[in-house]
Amino acid sequence: MADTAPLWAVVLLPFALVAAAAVVAGLDAVLTAAAERGRGGRPLRAAPAPLRTGLRLLGGQPRRTTAGDPWLGRIGIALVPVAAVLAGAVLPWGFRAVTDPVVGVVWFNAMEALAWAAVWLAGWGPNSALSLIGGYRFLAQGLAYELPHMFAITTAALGAESLRVGEVVAAQRGLWFAVWMPAAFAVFLLSALAMAFWGPFDHPLGRDAAGGAAAEHAGVDRLVLLAGRWLLLVVTAGFSVPLFLGGGHGPWLPAWAWTLLKTAAVLGLLVAGRRLLPTLRMERYLEFAWTVLVPLTLLQALVVAVVVLNR
Amino acid sequence: MTLELFLLAAAALFCIGLFGALTQQSIVMLMMGLELMLGGVILAAAAVWHFVAPAATDGQVLVVLAVTVMAVEMAVGFAVVTALFRTREADMTDEAAELKE
Amino acid sequence: MLDDVVFWALAGPAVAAAVMVFRFASMARATYALLASLLCVGGLVVRLGLDYLGVVVVLMMTIEMALMGVFMVMFMMNPAGLMPMSMLHNRRGAAVISGGVFVLLAAGVLLTPWPRRRGEPAADPTKALGESLMGPHMLTMMTLGLALFATIVATVVLATRRGRYDRFGDDLRARRAGDRGDGGDGGARVRGGAGP
Repeated sequence: MADTAPLWAVVLLPFALVAAAAVVAGLDAVLTAAAERGRGGRPLRAAPAPLRTGLRLLGGQPRRTTAGDPWLGRIGIALVPVAAVLAGAVLPWGFRAVTDPVVGVVWFNAMEALAWAAVWLAGWGPNSALSLIGGYRFLAQGLAYELPHMFAITTAALGAESLRVGEVVAAQRGLWFAVWMPAAFAVFLLSALAMAFWGPFDHPLGRDAAGGAAAEHAGVDRLVLLAGRWLLLVVTAGFSVPLFLGGGHGPWLPAWAWTLLKTAAVLGLLVAGRRLLPTLRMERYLEFAWTVLVPLTLLQALVVAVVVLNR
Repeated sequence: MTLELFLLAAAALFCIGLFGALTQQSIVMLMMGLELMLGGVILAAAAVWHFVAPAATDGQVLVVLAVTVMAVEMAVGFAVVTALFRTREADMTDEAAELKE
Repeated sequence: MLDDVVFWALAGPAVAAAVMVFRFASMARATYALLASLLCVGGLVVRLGLDYLGVVVVLMMTIEMALMGVFMVMFMMNPAGLMPMSMLHNRRGAAVISGGVFVLLAAGVLLTPWPRRRGEPAADPTKALGESLMGPHMLTMMTLGLALFATIVATVVLATRRGRYDRFGDDLRARRAGDRGDGGDGGARVRGGAGP
């Protein structure tokens, strides 16, 4: 079903993801401007604001701190976008992904875990208490979201009886998984936000810790870290399309257009939805995740397993 | 790529881990040595599966076993260190030995 | 040819990073050197045709090492390695033992007449693994499950000092847990256990 894309797609992938991340950041800036200034304030003019910020950071001076571990910190910072792009390699564009390994679903999860560990490194690097607190917060957050997230991903793979992303898409030719696995889909969307430590889950970069893990990073370092965060958001939201929303399946339009449309819809939902929720504290989300979400996703997996056995 | 090369690499990992586990005073560092030794075991099991008996799944099961042992070892190790540190402010093997007095 | 290049590109860093684990003074560096070494092991396992197990090793080791870093920083006197000091004992004995073990292992590896490869791997090794774990190796799977469950219980018992009576009052009737709101158990201890 899903074939591997030609070689030029490997080169194109990072650029496509960065462009998508820039568009999403622009949408977020427009919504922020609209909320702050109202419609009369011409919110659309704020769209290029993320690009302007990026260019300004590009020219900025990286900050040096005493007795820091800049090498480890830089490795962590660089690992965030790199892991996001590596995870994006299994994203099917229509029915074609850059690569479609046998265990694509597990690969995606492993790359997400790598980004998770990388944020702690970024917080550790500058030898500053506040940024280390940010790193610790993300580790604690990972403990909260990672288990329900894994179960949600497993449920989709279980429904398709395969760990290959292409076959997960193929299994949704008739009915999307989001329709008969609503709990897993909802949990996946929640953890997509948490994974990108963004929206209600931005505690690791929270204002109360003066910017958390990003507090001491300036210039290019900061640009790479924050851009990596947008990339993670795009990639995890994009992965919900092949997992739960039928990938490229859909009437009339070609497959690539459906993928684009669905990804845009999920991203729009996440970007617009974050305005409705305040920042969540980790210990609260942890309690909710372990006492409600884990049993919920387990039940969902059980239902799917029974359906699959009776098919 | 031969079986011998893989097994030599695995043996090197195992022995480096052994050296660390024997010399480190800190319990947490000691556990890192144990992790390295188990990493060597994983590599050796996978290599033997590939080069000797790929039709049977026993090599794979051994890898699963080693990965689980790693997780269990780490969880129990950290819990013990936490409990030790709470009661005696001790996080070194030599200090823990004094506990029996 | 390509296989050899990949082997050396993964095995070399794996061993080098393993050595560096015990040479770095900074605990964060040591932990992530160990992670690098184990990621290379995961890559080698993938090269051997075990895609699933290799990627699982990568996934699990990443999570384990990230958590290990926290404990390293928490329990070590000198986590950032800013004041290098030696925390070793029994160096000579350990060197003799581990060197001896390596010589023995290497001799065994090189002198054993290894059998020739028998059979071909299953078309989907992951499926074969799953079927054997749920079939002939069911006992292994059950033992592992039981061991993991026992681990969860044992670690919680060892690591926590407060039970539900401390959190919810003597008759478990406090409406909020005593340790919520302040995070951890610090605030609750001050307030005397039961919730407000």
